[in-house]
Amino acid sequence: MKLQAIQRRMARAVMTPLTPAERMRNVSPRGRSMHAEASSFIKANDRLTSFERLEIYNRQYWFRMLSAMTDDFPGLRAVLGDRSFDALSKAYLRDCPSTSFTLRNLGSKLEAWIRKHPRYAATRQQLAIDMVRLEWADIEAFDGESLPPLQAENLTNANPATLRLKLQPYARLLDLRYPVDDLLLAVKGKNQDDADFASNAFSEKHRRKRVAAVARLKPAPIFLVVHRADYFVYFRRIEREEFHILSALRAGKTLERAIGGAFRGSTIPVEERAGNVAQWFHSWSALGWFCLSGN
Amino acid sequence: MPANRFNNFTDYGIGIGLRATHYDHILTRKPVCDWFEIISENFMVDGGRPLEILDRILQQYRVVQHGVSMYFGSADKIDREHLRRLKALVQRTNTPWLSDHLCWGSVDGRYTHDLLPMPYTFEAAKITAQKIREVRDYLEIPLVVENVSSYAEFHVSEMTEWEFLNEVVERADCGILLDVNNIYVSSQNHSFDPEVYVNSIPADRVAQIHIAGHSKYRKYILDTHDHPVIDPVWKLYDRAIQRAGHTATLLEWDDHIPTFNEVHDEALKADKFLASASLATAV
Repeated sequence: MKLQAIQRRMARAVMTPLTPAERMRNVSPRGRSMHAEASSFIKANDRLTSFERLEIYNRQYWFRMLSAMTDDFPGLRAVLGDRSFDALSKAYLRDCPSTSFTLRNLGSKLEAWIRKHPRYAATRQQLAIDMVRLEWADIEAFDGESLPPLQAENLTNANPATLRLKLQPYARLLDLRYPVDDLLLAVKGKNQDDADFASNAFSEKHRRKRVAAVARLKPAPIFLVVHRADYFVYFRRIEREEFHILSALRAGKTLERAIGGAFRGSTIPVEERAGNVAQWFHSWSALGWFCLSGN
Repeated sequence: MPANRFNNFTDYGIGIGLRATHYDHILTRKPVCDWFEIISENFMVDGGRPLEILDRILQQYRVVQHGVSMYFGSADKIDREHLRRLKALVQRTNTPWLSDHLCWGSVDGRYTHDLLPMPYTFEAAKITAQKIREVRDYLEIPLVVENVSSYAEFHVSEMTEWEFLNEVVERADCGILLDVNNIYVSSQNHSFDPEVYVNSIPADRVAQIHIAGHSKYRKYILDTHDHPVIDPVWKLYDRAIQRAGHTATLLEWDDHIPTFNEVHDEALKADKFLASASLATAV
């Protein structure tokens, strides 16, 4: 048997889902006896059958993958509960096995997969999607690229009609239907008392609520920037208009067009808008969200 | 033979694996440690805290890169994005040599993230050696391959594990990261004499040695890196040092990780074997 053929057979067996008792299945998804399959390419020894030797790798694979999912998506687990999260993770991994050399990317297709398979999130599909988007943004913001921040002197004589500001590649913009930032912070046990300028300490009343209570979130649209300061990831809530300006800038629009389009349908009084924009740009610049080049 | 072309003519002593749980201790206390081994994949990112930590470590310590997913033995082609990121990291760390495992773990672009055992065939040795050469040519640093622990053997194997290792490193002209704990684990799982293995490897190709602990189950041993090194493994280490001379040695501890000092103290037990090897060389 050639190398590639052996590797395909072993990988197929190793990646086959375990039984509910976390053992290797007796019958493969193709209907073949796994005992016969294992015996066909793996030797038995004086203590273990071919099946038992292959099972060691089968179990290790699933324990490793499920552990990675639990590490990366604690918020989704809180939303769904342990059993549903486990079922969702197994189904996702069966459909979307890792295609990257790093486990960091294991959950990169999870949002799209949940959209296609809503039954795994039952009545909480939108909440689950919002949480997955936030948790994936958290991963991307943690180790995303950082470029030199824009300085005031870089803008000397800049014309708003032609100026295109770039956002830091690590910053992620999210429009969410549920306030899942609260939930994720609670799940992660982050101490919101430490919240400062970089994070928004917006909801003091929620601080001591238990995760279980927060998991029953009601819809309440929010806009977030998942960003980084001093190498730590923060979730900063922003106004709808801020979100539109930043999204337009990320899409490559000029400063003038980005601001011009941000206030359509806005409830912010016209006379306050200029002051708001100045304040927002001051905050964004102080947080280093603009950079010289890239994205 | 403390330094050879496979470890870039360095004379590193005893190191430990760099683990997140020890970051704070290392960066604030700055303990004496000859070198750290990093898992390359943990730092093959675009930015953020992983690289910031790494840069701070590099200001104080020597670092050697150890990979877990190059899969030299996979029939798949080399992932060019993986190589590109790995080369960027090599340039950042200035690692004198780079190690990864003599195993496979992906096929048709799907990754198991495990160190799966090779069928010990001449075809597999040829494919593996060719990939090692390709990676070395791209990275432009010495490569060494590590023997893995295994729990299964293939009917198609045409030679022993150590014969396969020798076949690969001769064909690739690369070095060996000899993991004596892995030899012990596999010897128990496959009923061979581990000393025969250690005595059979080409000592002049050994660039580095790994030591570690493992977990014993009723019918097999699992390579868990969560215990101190046991005496039979130290015995194999002693034999390896007698054959290869004073060699860069690293303790792996990846689960239930104790304090930095406990891990480092366990690693430093290798000192007495290295000292006797140095004495023997001097005599």
